Amino acid sequence: MAIEKTYAEINEKIKSGQAVVLTAEEIISLVEEKGISEAARSVDVVTTGTFGAMCSSGVFLNFGHSKPRIRMQKAWLNGIQAYSGIAAVDAYLGATELPEDDPCNNNYPGEFRYGGGHVIQDLVARKPVRLKATSYGTDCYPRQEIETVITLDDINEATLFNPRNSYQNYNCAVNLSDRTIYTYLGMLKPGPGNAHYSSAGQLSPLLNDPYFMTIGIGTKIFLGGGVGYVAWNGTQHFPEIQKDAAGKSYGPTGGTLSVIGDLKQMDPNWLVGTSMLGYGASLTVGLGIPIPILNEEVMRCVAVTDRDLYAPIVDYSEAFSQRIPGNLGFVNYAELKSGRITVNGREVPTAPLSSYPRARQIAGILKNWIQQGDFLLTEPVKPLPSYKDNISANTLEIKELQDK
Amino acid sequence: MTPKKIILRFGKDIADRPIIYRLARDYDLVINILKANVDQNKEGIMVMELTGANYDQGLAYLKTQGVRVQPLAEEVFRNEEKCTSCGACTDICPSGALYMERPGMEVKFNSDNCIVCQICVKVCPVKAMEVRF
Repeated sequence: MAIEKTYAEINEKIKSGQAVVLTAEEIISLVEEKGISEAARSVDVVTTGTFGAMCSSGVFLNFGHSKPRIRMQKAWLNGIQAYSGIAAVDAYLGATELPEDDPCNNNYPGEFRYGGGHVIQDLVARKPVRLKATSYGTDCYPRQEIETVITLDDINEATLFNPRNSYQNYNCAVNLSDRTIYTYLGMLKPGPGNAHYSSAGQLSPLLNDPYFMTIGIGTKIFLGGGVGYVAWNGTQHFPEIQKDAAGKSYGPTGGTLSVIGDLKQMDPNWLVGTSMLGYGASLTVGLGIPIPILNEEVMRCVAVTDRDLYAPIVDYSEAFSQRIPGNLGFVNYAELKSGRITVNGREVPTAPLSSYPRARQIAGILKNWIQQGDFLLTEPVKPLPSYKDNISANTLEIKELQDK
Repeated sequence: MTPKKIILRFGKDIADRPIIYRLARDYDLVINILKANVDQNKEGIMVMELTGANYDQGLAYLKTQGVRVQPLAEEVFRNEEKCTSCGACTDICPSGALYMERPGMEVKFNSDNCIVCQICVKVCPVKAMEVRF
């Protein structure tokens, strides 16, 4: 008989402390031992996790009103500008924003030691942060300048809102040129001299729900050490099944999530300011998603292992930067994690940029929360588009405005 | 006089030459090797205490051989609280001091193998690698 469970049934089990919860790593051996059906029957929730640099992250802030009031046309936190082209004393601080006097890559490769992501971590760590704002004056907001110090507890709201997080899968980056390059996937040596990848593989949230059967708008998640929610699909959400030139399938890729949560209940261990040499500043985000085992199909998806999941090998010296389609082949995450892969017939050392031990820790924390009955699952308000929706990327073309 | 600790760095082109032998025989220097990592396929490194009347001449000889010499005044250490075990340093570290412990994928740092090139200090995304003077 087919196994079918509802969110309500699973939540009842969580509330009564009866739910069986495993991490996406632990479920693998159970399924290998007992099979899909038995595992689907006995397990209620599988938890996932990922901990990597997620540049498309930031926080909406409301500072409260000074006396006399200022509208805040421009605002800076520790010298880093927050976008304030919204209502008075609201601002959005992006993770990749840099100080205006940062030498960037004029001093190549730039170090990007402090940016928006670092300010976010400092806020969460309850460190005092310098706030400066300027504005034109109005009759209702006469003040034109303010300099003060704030902490996360002093301000009204701090809502982490990350437009593109938790990439379903990612490229394995190499460098086919004859000089070292510095990318958002780290330092790539020529030759290729190394290969970098960035995914939790078998623990990664969207690789465990490749067809978006359970993760949708409103899904309650682990975000930055606290609780968050899936707000929408992420920007550049182009879920698809990867195929090589011969049409062979290499599994899911392309999905992204937009996530939201109250920064005040997050933790600086799980939101870490990040500096990518020669590239820029960012924020490393800890994110974990529980997957309710509604049926055998969901169980089949979460049972996926590193051997089943593939990343395309992409040259970042030219193919990526010049937007040349294609790749140098596919490699699975078990091979990537072994520390050596073969690229163009040459053996190349690999390294990850996303922390697998931290991903495992997140899946474990989320598992504990659920086992303790503190964390119930939410049924999505609306599912997210999947590969079946055939969304493809638009490109940006250079055009001139044509006179009518 | 306290012996001076110095770091010698050899390019892989000169890793096969008997440079230390010459230092002892031709310059009559007392050599106490504290750490050595010489591999003909990689940059070699040696940390030593060096004493003797011909100290300056010995150093000059090393320079003629293409050995880069610097005083051992610095040490790289890892801030364990900051390190997230992302792994980004593990294929950049030229001496294997930073490496990935498999299958757990924890990043380990064996400071005995560190050659203080400090490249990890630059590439570490969370600035967990620090220099101590």
